Amino acid sequence: MTKKVLAVGEIRDGEFRNVSYEAVAAAKEIAAGGEVVGVLLGENVSGLAQELIQYGADRAVVVESDKLASYTPDGYAQALQAVLEQEDPDGMVLGHTSIGRDAAPKLAARLDSGLVSDATAIEVAGEEVIFTRPIYSGKAFEKKVVADGKVFVTIRPNNIAPLEKDESRSGDVSELTVDIKDIRTIIKDVVRNTASGVDLSEANVIVAGGRGLKSGDNFKILDELADVLGAAVGASRGACDAEYCDYALQIGQTGKVVTPDLYIAVGISGAIQHVAGMSNSKIIVAINKDPEAEIFNIADYGIVGDLFDVVPKLTEEFKNVVVKS
Amino acid sequence: MNIYVILKRTFDTEEKIQITNGQIEEDGAEFIINPYDEYAIEEAIQLRDEHGGEVTLVTVGEEEAEKQLRTGLAMGADKAVLIDNEEVEDRDPYTTQALLAAYFEDKEADIILGGNIAVDGGSGQVGPRLAEKLGIVHVTSIVKIDIADGKATIERDVEGDQEIVEVSLPVLVTAQQGLNEPRYPSLPGIMKAKKKPLETLDVDDLDLDEDDVTGKTKTVDRFLPPEKQAGKVLEGEVDDQVKELVSLLKNEAKVI
Repeated sequence: MTKKVLAVGEIRDGEFRNVSYEAVAAAKEIAAGGEVVGVLLGENVSGLAQELIQYGADRAVVVESDKLASYTPDGYAQALQAVLEQEDPDGMVLGHTSIGRDAAPKLAARLDSGLVSDATAIEVAGEEVIFTRPIYSGKAFEKKVVADGKVFVTIRPNNIAPLEKDESRSGDVSELTVDIKDIRTIIKDVVRNTASGVDLSEANVIVAGGRGLKSGDNFKILDELADVLGAAVGASRGACDAEYCDYALQIGQTGKVVTPDLYIAVGISGAIQHVAGMSNSKIIVAINKDPEAEIFNIADYGIVGDLFDVVPKLTEEFKNVVVKS
Repeated sequence: MNIYVILKRTFDTEEKIQITNGQIEEDGAEFIINPYDEYAIEEAIQLRDEHGGEVTLVTVGEEEAEKQLRTGLAMGADKAVLIDNEEVEDRDPYTTQALLAAYFEDKEADIILGGNIAVDGGSGQVGPRLAEKLGIVHVTSIVKIDIADGKATIERDVEGDQEIVEVSLPVLVTAQQGLNEPRYPSLPGIMKAKKKPLETLDVDDLDLDEDDVTGKTKTVDRFLPPEKQAGKVLEGEVDDQVKELVSLLKNEAKVI
């Protein structure tokens, strides 16, 4: 049976985050030939809605409000509830991002609905939609189905491939007016920390450092490598506990769980709790002076050597290759 | 202040996971308080010490979770409640939400603290779900909280950025790493914890039927990821290794 499914887009700094297109692809999968409606919330965002259609949505609904300029749980819940009431879909897909993680459970509770969080794959088998999601931070996986109610899901960025953009596609973009009121969260300030601007959860390439870096200052050799690759910088718990860097960078079972195409582990021993957070990366490179380090057991490519010698040379070599290609 | 902490007993993060017939092997595994919930307990104790009041720990789980509640009491919480979900066959975060919502209905909490996620299921749903059901505001992933004049000023981690928000109490917050450094239970703390009140409730006690709390989603399979094969450790001079690596990433792995 075909389904009608909403795909909620997410905008950051005036552009769609990639996971928005992934949500459209996921919605299309779940819809099984049914209608996919892109949903966009924000202030002055209507102009972007057509892009959701170019990535596969059939049409789009936009809720414009100055009260949606920044994310608040109350604002988003009211806007999404209004869209759900108007559209009455069979399912809804959001990114498993800071916003999706915060808004989706609130909305699911409001509607007494189930929710599958952090899905990494979707298969449709007859009537049933089966989601795969990591448990124990990726040490294992489970397959889940919705037993009752709407198919609500948040998808992990970087796992479900978006459809090819088709600029010739067009569709209806309609605006829904929602009277958003009683927002209980007052946002006082936002401090941007991500220097490189590449978010860990969405990064295609991650360069991560461990205790082997020996100091916070030494992380700058990773920054230089990351710059060349357009990568995000992460760290092991050891490095965070030693205060080489902020906990926001921590990758592991406590910390972020990441699945980039390329993960370069520098001076990281490979403790099980770190490995849980990155072992599902497509390609893992390990650089460590200890040939017995656990990290080599899961690495696709390893260099045994002094990272302070290897990393700068690697940066130079990448510069040559990346610039040339 | 009327302070509550919702917490979960989870596998130790150092444990390897084994699966038999689609079920996680629990035999012989070490269990701990979910690390994110530990931050919540620590913060709750600090808030009580600053503002007065009482810290109540609430967990939904099987009777074995009593051990984790005792640990939390030994850290300094005042009392604990175990909501036994063993009789509920199909559970998911909705189940936990429904049980907790029924428990909190008449509690008049000023603040409820929990972990950002549990390191086992990892869905992070229960906090926002419970807040919605109780009609109170939630703030997830917090790294700092100050309370004054019935208001909480909170710093939250938004994918590496810091957002500073203000909300009026009551509020439900979920703890992110960096909020604090949880204390270890002291020996006198452990002795005292044995005498602190620990109440056990079941579905009946909360005036619920199994139907009210049956999960809305169902797990149909669990499996381990394919084992990663150890790859190629490069050899030779560093300069050559570096060249070979970049070439392999470009031509063999095709990731750059």
